[in-house]
Amino acid sequence: MSDLQVLQDKLNYDKTFDCVQCGYCLPACPTYETMERETHSPRGRINLVKMVAEGKATVNDLESPIEKCLGCMACTTVCPTNVQYGEILEGTKEVIDEQKEKTKRRQQMERFLFDEFFPSKNWMDTLGDASWFYQKSGLQTMAQRTGASKIAPLHIEEFEKVLPEMPSPKRRRDRAKRYIRKRPSTAKVAFFTGCIMDSVFFYSNENTIELLLRSGAEVLIPEEQSCCGALHAHTGKKESAKELAKQNIDAFEKENVDYIINNAGGCGAKLVEYDHLFEKGTEWHQRAVRFVEKVKDISEVLVDLDHLDFQKPLNKTVTYQPSCHMTNVQGVTDAPLELIKKIPGVQLKELDRPDFCCGSAGIYNVVNYEESMDILDVKMEDVCGVAPEGIVTSNPGCLLQMKLGVEREGLNDKSDAVHLVDLLMEADPQ
Amino acid sequence: MSTWLDLIKEKIPEARVLTELSDRYSYSFDASFGEYLPEAVVQVKHKEEVVSVLKMANEHQIPVYPRGQGTCLSGGPLPVFGGIVLDISQWPEKIDVSPDDLTVTVTPSVLTGNINKEAEKHGLMYAPDPSSAHVATIGGNLAENSGGPRGLKYGVTKDHVLGLEVVTPEGEVIRTGGNTIKNVTGYDLTKLIVGSEGTLGVITEATLKLMPKPRDFQTLMVSFGEVRKAGEAISKTLTSGILPSKMEFMDQACIQAVENFKPVGLPKNAAAIVIIELDGHPETLKIERKLVEEIMEEVGATDIVVPKSEEEAEKIWHARKQVSPAIAKIKPTKVSEDATVPRSKIPDLIDRLQEIKEKHKVEIVAFGHAGDGNLHPNVLCDKRDQEEMKRVELAVEEIFKAAIELGGTLSGEHGIGTMKAPFLESELGEVGVDMMKRIKESWDPNGILNPGKIFAEKGQKLVLRNE
Ligand SMILES: Cc1cc2nc3c(=O)[nH]c(=O)nc-3n(C[C@H](O)[C@H](O)[C@H](O)COP(=O)(O)OP(=O)(O)OC[C@H]3O[C@@H](n4cnc5c(N)ncnc54)[C@H](O)[C@@H]3O)c2cc1C
Ligand code: SF4
Ligand code: SF4
Repeated sequence: MSDLQVLQDKLNYDKTFDCVQCGYCLPACPTYETMERETHSPRGRINLVKMVAEGKATVNDLESPIEKCLGCMACTTVCPTNVQYGEILEGTKEVIDEQKEKTKRRQQMERFLFDEFFPSKNWMDTLGDASWFYQKSGLQTMAQRTGASKIAPLHIEEFEKVLPEMPSPKRRRDRAKRYIRKRPSTAKVAFFTGCIMDSVFFYSNENTIELLLRSGAEVLIPEEQSCCGALHAHTGKKESAKELAKQNIDAFEKENVDYIINNAGGCGAKLVEYDHLFEKGTEWHQRAVRFVEKVKDISEVLVDLDHLDFQKPLNKTVTYQPSCHMTNVQGVTDAPLELIKKIPGVQLKELDRPDFCCGSAGIYNVVNYEESMDILDVKMEDVCGVAPEGIVTSNPGCLLQMKLGVEREGLNDKSDAVHLVDLLMEADPQ
Repeated sequence: MSTWLDLIKEKIPEARVLTELSDRYSYSFDASFGEYLPEAVVQVKHKEEVVSVLKMANEHQIPVYPRGQGTCLSGGPLPVFGGIVLDISQWPEKIDVSPDDLTVTVTPSVLTGNINKEAEKHGLMYAPDPSSAHVATIGGNLAENSGGPRGLKYGVTKDHVLGLEVVTPEGEVIRTGGNTIKNVTGYDLTKLIVGSEGTLGVITEATLKLMPKPRDFQTLMVSFGEVRKAGEAISKTLTSGILPSKMEFMDQACIQAVENFKPVGLPKNAAAIVIIELDGHPETLKIERKLVEEIMEEVGATDIVVPKSEEEAEKIWHARKQVSPAIAKIKPTKVSEDATVPRSKIPDLIDRLQEIKEKHKVEIVAFGHAGDGNLHPNVLCDKRDQEEMKRVELAVEEIFKAAIELGGTLSGEHGIGTMKAPFLESELGEVGVDMMKRIKESWDPNGILNPGKIFAEKGQKLVLRNE
């Protein structure tokens, strides 16, 4: 195979032909809207991948358009010919990652971040202190390496401001691994805790467990679970993502559970696509398929079990900001709304454009701060139109971003962003 | 760096003058064939900017290619001679409805579907409804004189334009037409600009006609065992005193493609189906529906489906909308044509398509706005197969020929652009083309505005290959 053929293969050149350049995806794309050029639209990006695969442009020319893509997948839901944009995007990221000339420092950083930090339960456990996370974890350095260095240190502060209160390390480690019910349980659920969710939003995870228990489920937390691998896959590190997937499949296979649940839209989206990581017909593929069949978002399971009876009315208006990955990849849209509507006293006002990304998108808001804030501004304009007292989300990244949005708009006394599970717990379900 | 670029940057903010390779490639294509790299993309946001770009370009003889959202199916916005792509899509959107006048004034970047949305707030509608209305700009629609299914009853874009603001290729601002329904002052430059495919001027504002939104709608889906019968049924309905708002046609290949793609329960064995929409007062609709049913039975329809709810009707229209994506699954490349013939000739056109298909061994399916004689024969192929594409070129050429021989036209709604330029003379004759060229030359003496479109270069042929 010639070099170009190898490149074509990696870039999923064949898949770019499914795009008939109709432009139907343009109005759906947040970056096309805020960055105002075709280069930052799905159609433009796909065309550029094609140009590079044909040797007309270089990987270098692709870098910025691809890095500025949120990966929100809104484009895939409107595409009439079902272009596999996600696969084209990940393939391209892999190629960019391979071809990038990296400084030694950056290589070290990446190795630390992706090989040690995210996959490691221990690291996450020591993450008791959030400011540590943002300052020492390397997100700051990561922002620097991507050229956002001029602005990065300032913005880290922005994010820090909106972090929730942290549990003590003891509290964290004291959490049980297994919550067995004395009464007969209605379902056996394994909880995928998620790395950021479990460190930064520890209390939301506790609430998730509590909700499941109150729904009559038995909950266990497989200890060998690891990071879902979404961030790895999204930054072009497919092999690492694969390793993590294997580790998780292994960890969850040990227990015969009815559901594998998560409460982070982004992680869930990766988990439900584990089978895409392995070649069809292989044993790992089969195991992945079995794993995927059980993966559910917490909201779906709570609706399924249907055992919550809310005792405490919450007299306020809320709006729901769905996570893109939950909507566009997992296809979970109704369950969260159904749950919110069940809470007495809550008035749900829907956003004009709920499906427009909030701009958090993994670590996008850290590495592409300015672009992300432009997108957040569009979102907040919509939110302000609804003027809710609470913004409900279902993904840690979105939650932080929405908190930042509230802060930026100076709405702190009027509104707050909360995770769906926290809102549900507030209404004291029994 | 060339001096003209520096001149542009004096007038337009640098952030909107794009010269990086990635940006230039992003404006090198539309929804048809061919890819041409411009030297720069200039994003204009108001009239004065258009004026300064055109003045400079005219002086320095730099080609300028207006572009909306690049959904053109005939190569209209392609920068075939390099130069500047004038991106109009980022112009701030403004939709001013005057409900009492039943008019609306819009900026060129407005998405056509949004005009209708605004109009509906006042119980009005903007009638033209190309299937790309939610992505295409009104500027692009005006330049292409776009039409849609509703064209049968309400006409195409040109039937709804009252007045335009246009920047001429020499950089002067003119107004054509006005705000009134009646206006016969002088030559009708409005109609000349509409459909001129961006070769005579850049449209910077338009005043459009609105009409009352029909009170109610009634859909019918009718199956036929023979394509000819479907054609007959269409003629018979239209001569019976009933004017449906839509009459859409799908041949068997399309029906089967949709059923294989996302099944909706279309009659897979029918040779063709006609989907009809009547609009008007609910009482009238009841009577008209019965009459149409009678006509269909008389002609020999094999089945008539009358949806009982809005959702059921929606399902049928959704199936019609699925044709494009569904047939793209047969083969990846879709050469979408829009041969239009007198309505009575639709069955003949279908026969001719069958012959062409066999002769050149290519995959052809047909669907479209049969009520106005506008069919979309689609040749399905694979761009990467050079040998097949050669056969496709021959087949397409014969489709055009067939349309003209049957008394029809090269384009019902997609425009001439680069794709059909080589065939223009076969429809208009030498003098006909010459008169048009003279108009072009007097408007644009230096030939800077969208050159390479509509009029073919000597010896230019239809080319669908990249080589
Ligand atoms: C899936 C699909 C379905 C379609 N369905 C239909 C249909 O039902 N009916 C139909 O008629 N067409 C249809 N089209 C074709 C296309 O959408 C129309 O031709 C549309 O009008 C193009 O608008 P645009 O904004 O994308 O313009 P572009 O494609 O960018 O440009 C089209 C032409 O307009 C010129 N132009 C653009 N803006 C201006 C301006 N302000 N002033 C002067 N010239 C300008 C350009 O130079 C070019 O020649 C379809 C296309 C697709 C991809
Ligand atoms: S909607 Fe799909 S086919 Fe159309 S341009 Fe976008 S990616 Fe391509
Ligand atoms: S994934 Fe989101 S940001 Fe990226 S091209 Fe698609 S719609 Fe745009």
